[in-house]
Parts: sequence; C-alpha cells; structure tokens
Amino acid sequence: MRVEQIAVFMENKSGKLAEITSILAENNINIRALSVADTADFGILRLIVDDVEKAKKVLKSEGFTVGITNVLAVEVPDKTGGLASVLKAINNEGLNVEYMYAFVNKTGENAVLIFRFEDMDKAIDSLQKEGFTLLSSKVICSL
Amino acid sequence: MYWQQEYECMPREELAKLQLARLQNTVSRVGNHVPFYRTKFKEMGIDFENLKSLDDLKRLPFTYKQDLRDNYPYGLFAVPLREVVRVHSSSGTTGQATVVGYSRNDIQMWSDLVARVLCGAGVTADDVIQIAFGYGLFTGGFGLHYGAERLGASVIPISAGNTKRQIQIMRDFKTTALVCTPSYALKMVDVMMDAGINPNGLSLKYGLFGAEPWSEGMRQELNEKLGIRASDNYGLSEIMGPGVAGECHVCHGLHINEDHFLYEILDPETLEPVKPGEVGELVITTLTKEAFPVIRYRTRDLTRLIPEPCPCGRTFDRLHRMLGRTDDMLIIKGVNVFPMQIESVLCEIKGTAPHYRIIVDRENHEDKITVMVEVFNEIFFDAMKRQEEMINTIKRKLASELGVGVSVKLVEEKTLERFEGKGARVIDNRKL
Repeated sequence: MRVEQIAVFMENKSGKLAEITSILAENNINIRALSVADTADFGILRLIVDDVEKAKKVLKSEGFTVGITNVLAVEVPDKTGGLASVLKAINNEGLNVEYMYAFVNKTGENAVLIFRFEDMDKAIDSLQKEGFTLLSSKVICSL
Repeated sequence: MYWQQEYECMPREELAKLQLARLQNTVSRVGNHVPFYRTKFKEMGIDFENLKSLDDLKRLPFTYKQDLRDNYPYGLFAVPLREVVRVHSSSGTTGQATVVGYSRNDIQMWSDLVARVLCGAGVTADDVIQIAFGYGLFTGGFGLHYGAERLGASVIPISAGNTKRQIQIMRDFKTTALVCTPSYALKMVDVMMDAGINPNGLSLKYGLFGAEPWSEGMRQELNEKLGIRASDNYGLSEIMGPGVAGECHVCHGLHINEDHFLYEILDPETLEPVKPGEVGELVITTLTKEAFPVIRYRTRDLTRLIPEPCPCGRTFDRLHRMLGRTDDMLIIKGVNVFPMQIESVLCEIKGTAPHYRIIVDRENHEDKITVMVEVFNEIFFDAMKRQEEMINTIKRKLASELGVGVSVKLVEEKTLERFEGKGARVIDNRKL
C-alpha cells in the first residue's frame, strides 16, 4: 500500500524546476503529482511519477541527488470536507504528518492525498481501520 | 620493506652523531661559499666552523621564502654552476619565482630518498607507476620519476592533465601505482564513474598522493573507490622536492628522512619549539645537499610530531599529515581556523568528505564564514525537518571544532569546481 516517491535536491535558482521537468519529459516520464518544500537556499522537490526507477536513473545521470521514499496515497471524494475527514482521523490516531500534498484525478470525482508519516506502519493500520482507501503505485500510475 | 635499511632503521644515538657531523659540514660550507649565510653568521656572531652540538641549531638564522626570492636566481647556490646538473623553479604565482639547483650527487641522493618513500608505500620493481604530476620546473614529476626508476619500477611519465587519457592509459597499461595530488585522484574517480568505468576494477594497488594538504576522509574515500592503499608523501622544492618525508605501509604519519633533513616544529608566533605532539610550523635544515643547502627553512607548513615509535621498524620520526599552511590559517573573529579542520568534521558526519568550499566575508565589521557543502544521498532527506536537522548538525559540529560559528549552505552535487593541482578551497572576500 506504499507508494514510491522521488525526492530531488535543488538549489534555489531560477530555471531549476524547468530543468528537472524537462529531463523527465525528454525521457517520457509522466508526473502525477509534485510538491516543493523550499528555503531561501534550496528546495526539496517531491514527485510521484509513472516510472520511479527510470526517473531516478535519468536524474542521477544528470548530476542530481535523488532519494526514494515511501508515502501513502489516500483517495477521498472530491467534495467539501474530504480532506478534513482524513486529517481528523489522523489527528485522533495521534499520527504525525511530516508533509503532505494533493491532486485531483482526471475524472474529477476523487482527490488523492499524498502523506508522509513519521510512523508509516501505524498510519497504514489506522487509515485502513478508519475505512479509507489507500492506493497502490500501480493504481496511481493508471489514474 | 626498506630501501636503505642501514639508515632508515638506524639507532637514534647513531643518527644524532651522523646528523651532527653532517650539520657541521653543511654550516661550514654555506658559511664559506654562500654570501647570504656568511653575512648572517657574521652579524649574529656565529662561529660557523665550530658547531658543538645539535642544540646549536637553534642559534642559527632562519631562511625564508623571501630570501630565495631576493637571491634569484643563483645567489644561494653553494657550488659553482658547472657542478649544477639540474635546476627547478617554483612558479612564482605568488611573487618572484625561486630557483633551486642540484649537483650530480644531489640528484642521486634525491632519487634514493624518493625510492625510500615509494618502497615504504609498498611499491616494488614489479609495479607499473603512473606519474601524473606535472613534469617541468615543478619538482613533483621529475622527483618521483627518478625515484621510481631508481627503485626499478616501470615508469609511465604521463605528467598532469588530460584526465580521460590518464584513465585510458591506466586501464591499458595496467597501472598498479598512481602518483598525483589527492584532489586530482578524486577527480579521476568522478570521471570514471561518469564514464561507467568501475574504478575498483582497475589494476591499481597503491596511490602516492602529495603536493597539497588532504585528510583521512579523503584517504578512506580513495582507498574504497580505487581499491588501493593511499599513502601520503611530502616535500617542497626549496628543500629538495618529493622524498623529504613519506608514509610507510602503516599509513599513520610520514617518516621524515632524518639522516638528510634536520627538522624542528616551532610555534609560528614565538618561534620556540612546541611540546612534542603539538601543532606547529615545520622548519627544515638540509644536511647533505651540495648545490642548494638551506638552514632552518620556514616551510609555513603546519604539522605535529607523532611521538610513538612506528611498528614498521623505521627509527625516523613521524610527522602528522600536513594540517595546512601558516598562511592558509584563517583568522575568524580572532580565532585561528585551519581549512583541514572543516574537512575532518565533514568527514566524521557520514564517513565521507564531500566537496566543499569555505567562503569568508566581512559584513558590518564582523567576520562571517560560510561552508558550501555538496549534497550527497546520505545527507539528503525528503522531509524538510530532517534536512534542516542535518544542516544544523553540521553547523553545530563545525562550531564546536572551530570555536566560531559558521553558516552551512548545501549545493547540488558536482557544482563546486574540481582542481587538477593544489586545491584552493577557501575564498576570502574580506577586504582587509
């Protein structure tokens, strides 16, 4: 139920994001979702892509520092209160969110929330217990 | 393995006698034949024909780089030019060039001393040695070349530069020993990795690195990535060139060839000897050189004595790898900071020394030091909190080692310039 995410270190310089996304585009890698955490000096780009191994390989060969981490993808109906219901459950379970971001799937019916928890095992248990749908990498790629 | 065991393992009392006899001879020769020293001795009231003990060394005058410049080109030679068979020169990038000369005997002695260093590092007549030091006026290339030939190794005199060709030849000629600067060796590793060549799959066994300060972290990295035993060697053209000191297979400090060089480690401010084991400036007097003897040469290199006897059996003292230059020493907010300290801290954190650059600025009359560190997987995280914790750890460790606060800035991999020669990792922007 874990989804692989790539994280890329990038200096806070103009054109960096364009450079990285161009490399992915040239290699026919599709980006499903992304988020950037930034400071004045650098940013951490996190990506959900359709081919993690290939993306890692091509970015590394272009000199980027790339890490792969596991995240959870939770599917909720794209309507008012969708995110709140998940966050409420997370809060009740005492789970710590390290970061999160979201995207809406093509049909527009559902939203997908990407979470990185401190304790991933506990998070999987809790979310499943609460009846939330966790998506696999395969499903995400086919969205 | 020794090259000249009778000297390298000489009992210390015998060594002291030999040193005194050779010092008396050297001081007498420079007093008689080099006007610079004759004048100095006269001014200082030194009876240069009657040196009684090694202790008298500390009454002798120092020789500075500037003295070599002032006597450019041949003023400090102690023999007529017809007896000089070779000259070398420093580049003069930091001022007037300096010139040093060698007699036929000097060249022989030099070859033997370099052969000692090579032999101590493990190199034998069966090795193929690639010399990637510059050949020319710089002493590195020719110094190692003659020593390696003397040893009987098969020498590839490729000289410095053209990294791709270096790697090609290293593979084709099955090089077993590599001689270059440690930063150039790291650059070769990078180029090999980029070209998809496994650096560990070459025939290399030994790496003899010198001509710039480096660290244990770099040694480990070179050992692992190249599958070699990397050893340090030290020399400077003003004294002779390579072969002044070198590490044996124990790889813990450089044996200084004390039968040819008398060394002192002095506090650069007070010029008094430091306590054994404390860091100070290396000062060297040559004992046997004919064409270009020097008395108490201020090397500006910082080192310390490793007081324990070496398990290899050599009786020559060991010097810690050079810790930097007295003139590289940065004074930040009044605190003495050596770039090598920064490197060793970075290495401690994840066992590998990333490429780094030290930038010093002065803002609002206050010194500010920024260490730029190339990010690599072990210090990169997807979560900002952890990433910031890592940066703070680096900051905290640096501050505690240096005694002064620093900023740490992570930069992308392979964005800091690599150097083929002596690495210049400090950029001091202060206009003082």
